[in-house]
Amino acid sequence: MEALKQELKENIIEQLNLEDFNVEDIADGDTLFGDGLGLDSIDALELIVMLDKDYGIKLTDPKEGKTVFSSIEVLATYITEHRKK
Amino acid sequence: MSKKLHIQNYCKIIDGKITLNGKVIYEDDSNDSKSFLKNTYKNLKIEYPKFFKMDNLCKLAFLASEVLLEHSSIDSKAKEDIAIVLSNKSSSLDTDRKHQETINDKGNYYPSPANFVYTLPNIAIGEISIRHQIKGENAFFVSNTFNEKLLEQYAISLIQNEKSNQILCGWVDFDDEKYHAFMYLVAEEGEYKYSQEFINKIYNEN
Repeated sequence: MEALKQELKENIIEQLNLEDFNVEDIADGDTLFGDGLGLDSIDALELIVMLDKDYGIKLTDPKEGKTVFSSIEVLATYITEHRKK
Repeated sequence: MSKKLHIQNYCKIIDGKITLNGKVIYEDDSNDSKSFLKNTYKNLKIEYPKFFKMDNLCKLAFLASEVLLEHSSIDSKAKEDIAIVLSNKSSSLDTDRKHQETINDKGNYYPSPANFVYTLPNIAIGEISIRHQIKGENAFFVSNTFNEKLLEQYAISLIQNEKSNQILCGWVDFDDEKYHAFMYLVAEEGEYKYSQEFINKIYNEN
């Protein structure tokens, strides 16, 4: 699980071009949207593509996405339980 | 009633160099455009993290507009009414190709939403408008070469019809590591008297 969290932080920083952030800046429980990392709706779409591409998980319900992307901790748990890759 | 036009400021970004009204304000010997754009952002001390999410064309347009508007005396209320009229040759081809790469292979079909939203050149106008809360008229023309006459006609029309008092005009082109931005702020009052000859002169000056 720790390795997955590290991987997610690295991928999010790289794929979402979070130039001002390092892996150490993101705590497992930090909010990803809103006041946390400040991600926007396009970032949410990128994360949905990342889940599909890297872990074979297709998110179809927008309400589900809101919960799944609440923090690295929650996202890592969800991926561990649902991954097909 | 005919109104006389002037140019308040003009800015060029080409070959690792930024000039404002003909004077070099930043120079960088980076070998690649990505480093140059990033170094310029840092050097100009801009704090706008969304910059890093933009495509190359938008970054280039954004930086040129930052230099121009930073050195103009327009207050925030007047900024809202600025019109933006830009042009280029390559449209959004640089990003279009990146998008194409993500959808070429049916077995590996993952179009990037962050790339896709930049597959139109007028998004550069949108980025400038969001940054400065600009709500004026805008247009983006694509032509083989810089057409100062077309931009002048558009600027005159906007000012004569009282759609705007200030117009950010220019050429912003990015493709295959080659970049060229030339922007100027047109208004009724300004440092330089407007003429096509003057525009061509400053467009071509080093």
